[in-house]
Amino acid sequence: MSGASKIPAIVTEVVEVNSLIKRFRFVREDGGPMPGFSGGSHTVVEMEDDGRRRLNAYSLMSDPADRSGYEISVRRDDGGRGGSMFMHARVKPGMRMQISQPVNLFGLDLRAKKHLMIAGGIGITPFIAQMAQLDGLGGRFELHYAARDRELGAYMNELSARYGERVHRYYDTEGQAIDLPTLLKGQPLGTHLYVCGPKGMINWVLSTAQKQGWPKGALHSEEFLAPPVGEAFQVDLALSGVTVNVGATQSMLEAIEAAGIDAPYLCRGGACGQCECKVREAEGELLHYDHWLSDEQKEARSHIMPCVSRFKGSRLVIEL
Amino acid sequence: MTQTQSDEIMKSRPRYGVLSYRPGSTHFIVADGEGGEAVQSLFAQAPEIATTAHIVYIPGANGTDLSAALETLGAAVFRKAPSYGAARQRIQKVLGDAHMGLQLYAAGTEGLIGQVQRDAVEAGLPHDALQTEQRGSLARRVQCVHCKGITENVTTDPFVCSHCGLNLFVRDHYSRRLAAFQGVCIDAEDPGEVPPAVERFK
Ligand code: FES
Repeated sequence: MSGASKIPAIVTEVVEVNSLIKRFRFVREDGGPMPGFSGGSHTVVEMEDDGRRRLNAYSLMSDPADRSGYEISVRRDDGGRGGSMFMHARVKPGMRMQISQPVNLFGLDLRAKKHLMIAGGIGITPFIAQMAQLDGLGGRFELHYAARDRELGAYMNELSARYGERVHRYYDTEGQAIDLPTLLKGQPLGTHLYVCGPKGMINWVLSTAQKQGWPKGALHSEEFLAPPVGEAFQVDLALSGVTVNVGATQSMLEAIEAAGIDAPYLCRGGACGQCECKVREAEGELLHYDHWLSDEQKEARSHIMPCVSRFKGSRLVIEL
Repeated sequence: MTQTQSDEIMKSRPRYGVLSYRPGSTHFIVADGEGGEAVQSLFAQAPEIATTAHIVYIPGANGTDLSAALETLGAAVFRKAPSYGAARQRIQKVLGDAHMGLQLYAAGTEGLIGQVQRDAVEAGLPHDALQTEQRGSLARRVQCVHCKGITENVTTDPFVCSHCGLNLFVRDHYSRRLAAFQGVCIDAEDPGEVPPAVERFK
Protein backbone atom coordinates (compact mmCIF):
# COMPACT_ATOMS: atom_id res chain seq x y z
CA MET A 1 0.00 0.00 0.00
CA SER A 2 1.31 3.45 -0.76
CA GLY A 3 -0.26 6.01 1.51
CA ALA A 4 -3.70 6.13 3.06
CA SER A 5 -6.46 6.35 0.42
CA LYS A 6 -7.21 9.79 -0.96
CA ILE A 7 -10.12 12.14 -0.50
CA PRO A 8 -10.83 14.59 -3.33
CA ALA A 9 -11.35 17.90 -1.52
CA ILE A 10 -11.99 21.60 -2.10
CA VAL A 11 -10.32 24.38 -0.16
CA THR A 12 -13.09 26.54 1.29
CA GLU A 13 -11.15 28.90 3.54
CA VAL A 14 -7.67 30.29 3.77
CA VAL A 15 -7.11 32.44 6.85
CA GLU A 16 -3.99 34.37 7.71
CA VAL A 17 -3.52 33.62 11.40
CA ASN A 18 -0.35 35.67 11.77
CA SER A 19 2.65 36.68 9.70
CA LEU A 20 3.90 33.08 9.48
CA ILE A 21 0.85 30.86 9.85
CA LYS A 22 -2.13 30.26 7.58
CA ARG A 23 -5.11 28.07 8.26
CA PHE A 24 -6.83 26.02 5.54
CA ARG A 25 -10.21 24.35 5.55
CA PHE A 26 -11.05 21.42 3.28
CA VAL A 27 -14.44 19.92 2.49
CA ARG A 28 -15.17 16.89 0.34
CA GLU A 29 -15.64 17.54 -3.31
CA ASP A 30 -18.74 15.31 -3.31
CA GLY A 31 -20.25 17.25 -0.41
CA GLY A 32 -20.29 14.20 1.90
CA PRO A 33 -19.03 14.03 5.46
CA MET A 34 -15.33 13.60 6.11
CA PRO A 35 -14.17 10.34 7.72
CA GLY A 36 -14.13 10.50 11.51
CA PHE A 37 -10.79 10.98 13.20
CA SER A 38 -9.29 11.15 16.67
CA GLY A 39 -7.26 14.05 18.04
CA GLY A 40 -3.60 13.86 17.04
CA SER A 41 -4.31 12.60 13.51
CA HIS A 42 -2.70 14.08 10.44
CA THR A 43 -3.58 14.18 6.76
CA VAL A 44 -1.15 14.14 3.86
CA VAL A 45 -1.84 17.02 1.47
CA GLU A 46 -0.90 16.50 -2.15
CA MET A 47 0.42 19.55 -4.00
CA GLU A 48 0.98 19.83 -7.72
CA ASP A 49 3.83 22.30 -7.84
CA ASP A 50 4.57 22.88 -11.54
CA GLY A 51 5.09 19.24 -12.35
CA ARG A 52 6.64 18.40 -9.00
CA ARG A 53 4.37 16.44 -6.70
CA ARG A 54 4.74 17.36 -3.05
CA LEU A 55 3.18 15.40 -0.23
CA ASN A 56 3.27 16.98 3.22
CA ALA A 57 1.68 15.74 6.42
CA TYR A 58 -0.20 18.25 8.59
CA SER A 59 -2.00 17.67 11.89
CA LEU A 60 -5.76 18.04 11.82
CA MET A 61 -6.73 20.82 14.21
CA SER A 62 -10.48 20.96 13.77
CA ASP A 63 -12.91 19.44 16.25
CA PRO A 64 -13.04 15.67 15.68
CA ALA A 65 -16.80 15.90 16.21
CA ASP A 66 -17.10 18.15 13.15
CA ARG A 67 -17.37 15.90 10.10
CA SER A 68 -18.19 18.75 7.70
CA GLY A 69 -14.54 19.54 7.00
CA TYR A 70 -10.92 19.35 8.09
CA GLU A 71 -8.69 22.22 9.15
CA ILE A 72 -4.90 22.44 9.21
CA SER A 73 -2.46 25.22 10.00
CA VAL A 74 0.74 25.65 8.04
CA ARG A 75 3.76 27.58 9.22
CA ARG A 76 5.73 29.07 6.36
CA ASP A 77 9.27 27.78 6.37
CA ASP A 78 11.28 30.06 4.10
CA GLY A 79 14.34 27.83 4.31
CA GLY A 80 12.39 24.61 3.77
CA ARG A 81 11.93 22.49 0.70
CA GLY A 82 8.97 24.41 -0.59
CA GLY A 83 5.80 22.62 0.55
CA SER A 84 4.83 25.24 3.11
CA MET A 85 5.69 28.03 0.64
CA PHE A 86 3.39 26.41 -1.90
CA MET A 87 0.58 26.24 0.64
CA HIS A 88 1.05 29.89 1.52
CA ALA A 89 1.54 31.33 -1.94
CA ARG A 90 -0.57 29.18 -4.21
CA VAL A 91 -3.44 27.61 -2.31
CA LYS A 92 -6.61 29.70 -2.60
CA PRO A 93 -10.26 29.10 -1.74
CA GLY A 94 -12.01 27.08 -4.42
CA MET A 95 -8.91 25.06 -5.30
CA ARG A 96 -9.28 21.30 -5.67
CA MET A 97 -6.71 19.20 -3.85
CA GLN A 98 -6.22 15.58 -2.83
CA ILE A 99 -5.82 14.91 0.85
CA SER A 100 -5.32 11.53 2.50
CA GLN A 101 -7.56 9.76 4.95
CA PRO A 102 -6.51 10.69 8.48
CA VAL A 103 -3.80 8.64 10.17
CA ASN A 104 -3.07 8.92 13.88
CA LEU A 105 0.44 8.38 15.21
CA PHE A 106 -0.07 10.69 18.19
CA GLY A 107 -3.31 9.51 19.72
CA LEU A 108 -4.50 10.11 23.25
CA ASP A 109 -4.31 7.20 25.65
CA LEU A 110 -7.83 7.40 26.99
CA ARG A 111 -6.98 5.17 29.96
CA ALA A 112 -5.02 8.10 31.41
CA LYS A 113 -6.39 9.86 34.48
CA LYS A 114 -5.10 13.16 33.17
CA HIS A 115 -3.53 14.44 29.96
CA LEU A 116 -0.65 16.89 30.27
CA MET A 117 0.11 18.59 26.95
CA ILE A 118 3.20 20.59 26.14
CA ALA A 119 3.30 22.51 22.85
CA GLY A 120 5.97 24.61 21.21
CA GLY A 121 5.01 26.95 18.38
CA ILE A 122 3.10 25.34 15.53
CA GLY A 123 3.22 22.09 17.53
CA ILE A 124 -0.02 23.35 19.05
CA THR A 125 -2.18 22.04 16.18
CA PRO A 126 -2.71 18.38 17.18
CA PHE A 127 -3.55 19.53 20.71
CA ILE A 128 -6.35 21.78 19.46
CA ALA A 129 -8.15 18.69 18.11
CA GLN A 130 -7.25 16.62 21.19
CA MET A 131 -8.58 19.23 23.61
CA ALA A 132 -11.84 19.46 21.70
CA GLN A 133 -12.09 15.66 21.87
CA LEU A 134 -11.33 15.52 25.60
CA ASP A 135 -13.66 18.39 26.35
CA GLY A 136 -16.45 16.45 24.67
CA LEU A 137 -15.60 13.32 26.67
CA GLY A 138 -15.20 15.18 29.96
CA GLY A 139 -11.51 14.20 30.11
CA ARG A 140 -9.09 16.01 32.37
CA PHE A 141 -6.33 17.94 30.61
CA GLU A 142 -3.92 20.81 30.96
CA LEU A 143 -2.02 22.61 28.20
CA HIS A 144 1.33 24.35 28.49
CA TYR A 145 1.99 26.26 25.30
CA ALA A 146 5.18 28.18 24.57
CA ALA A 147 5.67 30.52 21.62
CA ARG A 148 8.27 33.05 20.65
CA ASP A 149 6.07 36.11 21.20
CA ARG A 150 2.45 37.23 21.42
CA GLU A 151 2.18 37.73 17.69
CA LEU A 152 3.34 34.19 16.88
CA GLY A 153 1.38 32.48 19.64
CA ALA A 154 -1.27 31.26 17.26
CA TYR A 155 -4.67 30.50 18.81
CA MET A 156 -3.51 31.32 22.33
CA ASN A 157 -6.35 33.74 23.03
CA GLU A 158 -9.02 31.48 21.56
CA LEU A 159 -7.76 28.53 23.57
CA SER A 160 -7.66 30.52 26.80
CA ALA A 161 -11.15 31.79 26.15
CA ARG A 162 -12.43 28.28 25.53
CA TYR A 163 -10.57 26.34 28.23
CA GLY A 164 -9.71 29.02 30.81
CA GLU A 165 -7.39 27.89 33.61
CA ARG A 166 -6.46 24.73 31.79
CA VAL A 167 -4.35 26.73 29.32
CA HIS A 168 -0.97 28.06 30.45
CA ARG A 169 0.88 30.41 28.10
CA TYR A 170 4.58 31.23 27.86
CA TYR A 171 6.28 33.82 25.63
CA ASP A 172 10.03 33.45 25.07
CA THR A 173 10.53 37.15 24.39
CA GLU A 174 9.00 38.00 27.74
CA GLY A 175 11.37 35.65 29.50
CA GLN A 176 8.70 33.13 30.41
CA ALA A 177 9.61 29.47 30.43
CA ILE A 178 7.88 26.32 31.57
CA ASP A 179 9.15 25.23 34.99
CA LEU A 180 9.23 21.66 33.82
CA PRO A 181 10.73 19.83 36.82
CA THR A 182 8.11 21.33 39.16
CA LEU A 183 5.31 20.81 36.67
CA LEU A 184 6.16 17.14 36.20
CA LYS A 185 6.64 16.47 39.90
CA GLY A 186 3.15 17.64 40.74
CA GLN A 187 1.26 15.39 38.33
CA PRO A 188 -1.12 12.83 39.77
CA LEU A 189 -0.39 9.16 39.15
CA GLY A 190 -1.92 8.05 35.87
CA THR A 191 -1.02 11.25 34.01
CA HIS A 192 0.11 10.85 30.42
CA LEU A 193 2.43 13.42 28.91
CA TYR A 194 2.22 14.61 25.29
CA VAL A 195 4.73 16.90 23.65
CA CYS A 196 4.80 18.37 20.16
CA GLY A 197 7.15 21.06 18.95
CA PRO A 198 10.75 21.54 17.95
CA LYS A 199 13.24 18.73 18.45
CA GLY A 200 15.10 20.47 21.29
CA MET A 201 11.91 20.90 23.26
CA ILE A 202 10.83 17.30 22.75
CA ASN A 203 14.19 15.98 23.93
CA TRP A 204 14.17 18.27 26.96
CA VAL A 205 10.66 17.23 28.00
CA LEU A 206 11.17 13.50 27.47
CA SER A 207 14.55 13.36 29.18
CA THR A 208 13.34 15.38 32.17
CA ALA A 209 10.35 13.08 32.57
CA GLN A 210 12.48 9.96 32.33
CA LYS A 211 14.89 11.32 34.90
CA GLN A 212 11.96 11.83 37.23
CA GLY A 213 10.92 8.22 36.81
CA TRP A 214 8.03 8.54 34.37
CA PRO A 215 7.41 5.25 32.57
CA LYS A 216 7.99 5.32 28.81
CA GLY A 217 4.44 4.19 28.16
CA ALA A 218 3.12 7.46 29.62
CA LEU A 219 5.22 9.60 27.28
CA HIS A 220 4.02 10.56 23.82
CA SER A 221 5.68 12.85 21.34
CA GLU A 222 5.33 13.98 17.78
CA GLU A 223 7.92 15.88 15.88
CA PHE A 224 7.28 17.42 12.52
CA LEU A 225 10.10 15.85 10.60
CA ALA A 226 10.57 17.36 7.22
CA PRO A 227 12.91 15.37 5.01
CA PRO A 228 16.26 17.11 5.35
CA VAL A 229 18.01 18.51 2.33
CA GLY A 230 21.43 17.09 1.62
CA GLU A 231 23.71 15.98 -1.16
CA ALA A 232 22.40 14.27 -4.26
CA PHE A 233 22.95 10.49 -4.43
CA GLN A 234 21.98 7.39 -6.39
CA VAL A 235 20.02 4.39 -5.21
CA ASP A 236 19.48 1.06 -6.97
CA LEU A 237 16.12 -0.59 -6.42
CA ALA A 238 16.89 -4.29 -6.51
CA LEU A 239 13.34 -5.60 -7.00
CA SER A 240 12.24 -3.03 -9.57
CA GLY A 241 15.58 -3.11 -11.38
CA VAL A 242 15.76 0.68 -11.55
CA THR A 243 18.41 3.20 -10.60
CA VAL A 244 17.07 6.43 -9.17
CA ASN A 245 18.82 9.77 -8.79
CA VAL A 246 17.88 11.59 -5.61
CA GLY A 247 18.23 15.36 -5.86
CA ALA A 248 19.60 17.53 -3.08
CA THR A 249 16.19 18.91 -2.05
CA GLN A 250 14.30 15.73 -2.83
CA SER A 251 13.72 12.86 -0.44
CA MET A 252 14.60 9.32 -1.52
CA LEU A 253 10.90 8.46 -1.39
CA GLU A 254 9.99 11.39 -3.64
CA ALA A 255 12.67 10.43 -6.15
CA ILE A 256 11.45 6.81 -6.17
CA GLU A 257 7.88 7.99 -6.75
CA ALA A 258 9.02 10.37 -9.49
CA ALA A 259 10.59 7.36 -11.22
CA GLY A 260 7.11 5.84 -11.38
CA ILE A 261 7.52 3.31 -8.59
CA ASP A 262 4.73 2.89 -6.09
CA ALA A 263 6.58 2.73 -2.78
CA PRO A 264 4.84 2.27 0.57
CA TYR A 265 4.46 5.24 2.91
CA LEU A 266 2.07 6.70 5.44
CA CYS A 267 3.50 9.63 7.42
CA ARG A 268 6.42 10.71 5.22
CA GLY A 269 8.08 11.92 8.40
CA GLY A 270 10.08 8.98 9.71
CA ALA A 271 7.58 8.04 12.39
CA CYS A 272 5.15 5.36 11.21
CA GLY A 273 7.48 2.66 9.90
CA GLN A 274 5.50 2.04 6.74
CA CYS A 275 8.28 2.87 4.28
CA GLU A 276 10.93 0.66 5.95
CA CYS A 277 13.22 -0.87 3.36
CA LYS A 278 15.92 -3.53 3.60
CA VAL A 279 19.38 -2.47 2.58
CA ARG A 280 21.17 -5.01 0.36
CA GLU A 281 24.41 -3.19 -0.21
CA ALA A 282 25.78 0.06 1.05
CA GLU A 283 29.23 1.32 0.19
CA GLY A 284 29.16 4.52 2.14
CA GLU A 285 27.26 6.09 4.97
CA LEU A 286 23.57 5.65 5.67
CA LEU A 287 22.26 8.97 7.00
CA HIS A 288 19.36 7.99 9.24
CA TYR A 289 16.96 10.76 10.23
CA ASP A 290 13.93 8.70 11.29
CA HIS A 291 12.41 7.95 14.70
CA TRP A 292 11.50 4.44 13.68
CA LEU A 293 14.53 2.15 13.37
CA SER A 294 16.13 0.92 16.56
CA ASP A 295 19.73 1.80 17.28
CA GLU A 296 20.64 -1.84 16.65
CA GLN A 297 19.05 -1.72 13.20
CA LYS A 298 20.87 1.50 12.42
CA GLU A 299 24.13 0.04 13.58
CA ALA A 300 23.60 -3.13 11.59
CA ARG A 301 23.03 -1.00 8.48
CA SER A 302 20.24 -3.40 7.61
CA HIS A 303 17.34 -1.02 7.00
CA ILE A 304 16.58 2.50 5.85
CA MET A 305 13.53 4.77 5.84
CA PRO A 306 13.37 6.39 2.39
CA CYS A 307 10.91 9.12 3.47
CA VAL A 308 13.54 11.03 5.46
CA SER A 309 16.89 9.27 5.36
CA ARG A 310 19.69 9.81 2.91
CA PHE A 311 22.94 8.26 1.74
CA LYS A 312 26.45 9.41 1.16
CA GLY A 313 28.76 7.10 -0.74
CA SER A 314 29.37 5.22 -3.93
CA ARG A 315 26.70 2.54 -3.97
CA LEU A 316 23.36 1.89 -2.27
CA VAL A 317 21.06 -1.02 -3.14
CA ILE A 318 17.71 -1.38 -1.40
CA GLU A 319 15.00 -4.02 -1.61
CA LEU A 320 12.20 -2.26 -3.40
CA MET B 1 16.71 -19.85 44.85
CA THR B 2 13.14 -20.10 43.71
CA GLN B 3 13.20 -17.53 40.96
CA THR B 4 10.88 -18.84 38.28
CA GLN B 5 10.88 -18.40 34.52
CA SER B 6 7.91 -18.54 32.23
CA ASP B 7 7.68 -20.78 29.20
CA GLU B 8 7.02 -18.98 25.94
CA ILE B 9 3.88 -20.39 24.48
CA MET B 10 1.25 -17.82 23.87
CA LYS B 11 1.51 -14.13 23.16
CA SER B 12 -0.71 -13.14 26.06
CA ARG B 13 1.40 -15.25 28.44
CA PRO B 14 2.99 -12.66 30.73
CA ARG B 15 6.76 -12.39 31.00
CA TYR B 16 8.53 -11.33 34.13
CA GLY B 17 11.84 -9.71 34.87
CA VAL B 18 14.03 -9.08 37.86
CA LEU B 19 13.34 -6.14 40.17
CA SER B 20 15.88 -3.41 39.73
CA TYR B 21 16.11 0.01 41.31
CA ARG B 22 14.88 2.88 39.16
CA PRO B 23 15.12 6.47 40.30
CA GLY B 24 11.83 7.89 41.44
CA SER B 25 10.13 9.94 44.12
CA THR B 26 8.73 6.97 46.07
CA HIS B 27 8.98 3.19 45.77
CA PHE B 28 5.85 1.13 46.25
CA ILE B 29 6.52 -2.60 46.56
CA VAL B 30 3.92 -5.37 46.75
CA ALA B 31 5.08 -8.95 47.31
CA ASP B 32 3.76 -12.32 48.40
CA GLY B 33 5.42 -15.55 49.61
CA GLU B 34 8.90 -16.05 48.15
CA GLY B 35 8.56 -12.67 46.43
CA GLY B 36 9.95 -11.34 49.71
CA GLU B 37 13.37 -12.62 48.57
CA ALA B 38 13.18 -10.42 45.48
CA VAL B 39 12.45 -7.44 47.75
CA GLN B 40 15.50 -8.30 49.85
CA SER B 41 17.68 -8.35 46.70
CA LEU B 42 16.22 -5.03 45.61
CA PHE B 43 17.16 -3.44 48.93
CA ALA B 44 20.61 -5.03 48.82
CA GLN B 45 21.08 -3.51 45.37
CA ALA B 46 19.98 0.00 46.41
CA PRO B 47 19.86 0.49 50.19
CA GLU B 48 18.92 4.17 49.66
CA ILE B 49 15.50 2.97 48.57
CA ALA B 50 14.47 2.41 52.21
CA THR B 51 13.66 5.99 53.17
CA THR B 52 11.06 6.33 50.43
CA ALA B 53 9.89 2.72 50.27
CA HIS B 54 6.43 1.39 51.13
CA ILE B 55 6.14 -2.39 51.30
CA VAL B 56 2.96 -4.44 51.37
CA TYR B 57 3.68 -8.11 52.04
CA ILE B 58 1.34 -11.07 51.90
CA PRO B 59 2.63 -14.41 53.28
CA GLY B 60 2.38 -17.20 50.69
CA ALA B 61 -0.57 -19.59 50.41
CA ASN B 62 2.09 -22.34 50.79
CA GLY B 63 3.05 -21.01 54.22
CA THR B 64 6.15 -19.02 53.26
CA ASP B 65 6.29 -15.98 55.53
CA LEU B 66 9.27 -13.64 55.22
CA SER B 67 7.67 -10.73 57.03
CA ALA B 68 10.14 -10.78 59.94
CA ALA B 69 13.07 -10.41 57.55
CA LEU B 70 11.33 -7.75 55.48
CA GLU B 71 10.49 -5.71 58.54
CA THR B 72 14.19 -5.32 59.30
CA LEU B 73 14.87 -3.73 55.90
CA GLY B 74 13.96 -0.35 57.31
CA ALA B 75 11.33 0.67 54.77
CA ALA B 76 9.51 3.92 55.58
CA VAL B 77 6.27 1.94 55.65
CA PHE B 78 5.84 -1.83 56.08
CA ARG B 79 2.47 -3.53 56.14
CA LYS B 80 1.61 -7.20 56.32
CA ALA B 81 -1.72 -8.41 54.95
CA PRO B 82 -3.37 -11.83 54.99
CA SER B 83 -4.43 -11.73 51.30
CA TYR B 84 -4.42 -9.52 48.25
CA GLY B 85 -8.10 -8.91 48.75
CA ALA B 86 -7.41 -7.58 52.25
CA ALA B 87 -4.57 -5.37 51.00
CA ARG B 88 -6.30 -4.13 47.89
CA GLN B 89 -7.96 -1.08 49.39
CA ARG B 90 -4.64 0.13 50.77
CA ILE B 91 -2.94 -0.50 47.43
CA GLN B 92 -5.61 1.41 45.55
CA LYS B 93 -5.44 4.28 48.03
CA VAL B 94 -1.65 4.55 47.75
CA LEU B 95 -1.89 4.58 43.96
CA GLY B 96 -4.78 7.03 44.00
CA ASP B 97 -2.92 9.53 46.17
CA ALA B 98 0.47 9.21 44.45
CA HIS B 99 2.20 11.40 41.92
CA MET B 100 4.07 10.56 38.76
CA GLY B 101 7.57 9.53 39.65
CA LEU B 102 6.35 6.75 41.93
CA GLN B 103 8.06 3.45 41.10
CA LEU B 104 5.96 0.34 41.37
CA TYR B 105 7.28 -3.19 41.97
CA ALA B 106 5.50 -6.55 42.32
CA ALA B 107 7.19 -9.81 43.24
CA GLY B 108 5.94 -13.29 43.98
CA THR B 109 3.24 -15.43 42.45
CA GLU B 110 1.71 -14.76 39.11
CA GLY B 111 -1.66 -14.18 40.74
CA LEU B 112 -0.25 -11.39 42.88
CA ILE B 113 1.69 -9.78 40.04
CA GLY B 114 -1.35 -9.87 37.79
CA GLN B 115 -3.53 -8.21 40.39
CA VAL B 116 -1.01 -5.44 41.01
CA GLN B 117 -0.77 -4.95 37.24
CA ARG B 118 -4.55 -4.72 36.98
CA ASP B 119 -4.78 -2.15 39.78
CA ALA B 120 -1.87 -0.14 38.32
CA VAL B 121 -3.60 0.05 34.95
CA GLU B 122 -6.84 1.04 36.67
CA ALA B 123 -4.89 3.85 38.29
CA GLY B 124 -3.96 5.06 34.80
CA LEU B 125 -0.41 3.70 34.66
CA PRO B 126 0.85 2.15 31.43
CA HIS B 127 1.86 -1.53 31.36
CA ASP B 128 5.56 -0.74 31.40
CA ALA B 129 5.28 1.16 34.69
CA LEU B 130 5.30 -2.00 36.80
CA GLN B 131 8.48 -3.95 37.44
CA THR B 132 7.81 -7.60 38.12
CA GLU B 133 9.65 -10.65 39.36
CA GLN B 134 8.05 -14.06 39.61
CA ARG B 135 9.15 -16.05 42.63
CA GLY B 136 7.91 -19.09 44.39
CA SER B 137 4.82 -21.03 43.55
CA LEU B 138 3.75 -21.19 39.92
CA ALA B 139 0.15 -21.53 41.05
CA ARG B 140 -2.24 -19.81 38.69
CA ARG B 141 -5.30 -17.66 39.11
CA VAL B 142 -7.78 -19.10 36.64
CA GLN B 143 -11.13 -17.87 35.41
CA CYS B 144 -13.68 -20.48 34.38
CA VAL B 145 -14.94 -19.36 30.97
CA HIS B 146 -18.29 -21.04 31.68
CA CYS B 147 -19.36 -19.64 35.05
CA LYS B 148 -16.81 -16.76 35.14
CA GLY B 149 -15.80 -17.73 38.69
CA ILE B 150 -12.14 -17.31 39.59
CA THR B 151 -10.23 -20.07 41.36
CA GLU B 152 -7.05 -18.97 43.12
CA ASN B 153 -3.84 -21.00 43.51
CA VAL B 154 -4.52 -23.62 40.88
CA THR B 155 -1.62 -26.07 40.78
CA THR B 156 -2.98 -28.94 38.70
CA ASP B 157 -4.25 -29.32 35.18
CA PRO B 158 -7.04 -30.16 34.77
CA PHE B 159 -8.70 -28.97 37.96
CA VAL B 160 -12.22 -28.66 39.27
CA CYS B 161 -13.74 -25.17 39.12
CA SER B 162 -14.34 -24.06 42.70
CA HIS B 163 -17.54 -22.33 41.62
CA CYS B 164 -19.42 -24.54 39.14
CA GLY B 165 -17.58 -27.83 39.53
CA LEU B 166 -16.71 -28.34 35.86
CA ASN B 167 -13.43 -30.07 34.99
CA LEU B 168 -11.25 -27.30 33.54
CA PHE B 169 -8.22 -27.43 31.29
CA VAL B 170 -5.83 -24.53 32.09
CA ARG B 171 -4.83 -22.56 29.02
CA ASP B 172 -1.89 -20.16 28.64
CA HIS B 173 -4.36 -17.58 27.39
CA TYR B 174 -4.07 -14.72 29.91
CA SER B 175 -6.27 -11.70 30.57
CA ARG B 176 -4.61 -8.61 31.96
CA ARG B 177 -7.96 -7.08 32.81
CA LEU B 178 -8.95 -10.07 34.96
CA ALA B 179 -5.39 -10.92 35.95
CA ALA B 180 -6.27 -14.56 35.29
CA PHE B 181 -5.65 -17.48 32.95
CA GLN B 182 -8.50 -19.09 31.09
CA GLY B 183 -9.96 -22.43 32.16
CA VAL B 184 -12.04 -24.38 29.65
CA CYS B 185 -14.20 -27.46 30.22
CA ILE B 186 -12.16 -30.51 29.22
CA ASP B 187 -14.92 -33.11 29.06
CA ALA B 188 -17.72 -31.20 27.34
CA GLU B 189 -18.03 -33.72 24.49
CA ASP B 190 -17.57 -36.89 26.53
CA PRO B 191 -18.66 -36.03 30.05
CA GLY B 192 -16.62 -37.87 32.60
CA GLU B 193 -13.66 -38.52 30.30
CA VAL B 194 -11.19 -36.50 32.28
CA PRO B 195 -7.46 -37.13 31.99
CA PRO B 196 -5.70 -37.48 35.36
CA ALA B 197 -4.76 -34.18 36.99
CA VAL B 198 -1.06 -33.36 36.70
CA GLU B 199 0.69 -30.95 39.01
CA ARG B 200 1.85 -28.44 36.39
CA PHE B 201 2.03 -25.22 38.41
CA LYS B 202 3.85 -26.08 41.57
S1 FES C 1 6.51 6.92 5.66
FE1 FES C 1 6.31 6.84 7.80
S2 FES C 1 8.32 6.32 8.39
FE2 FES C 1 8.53 6.65 6.30
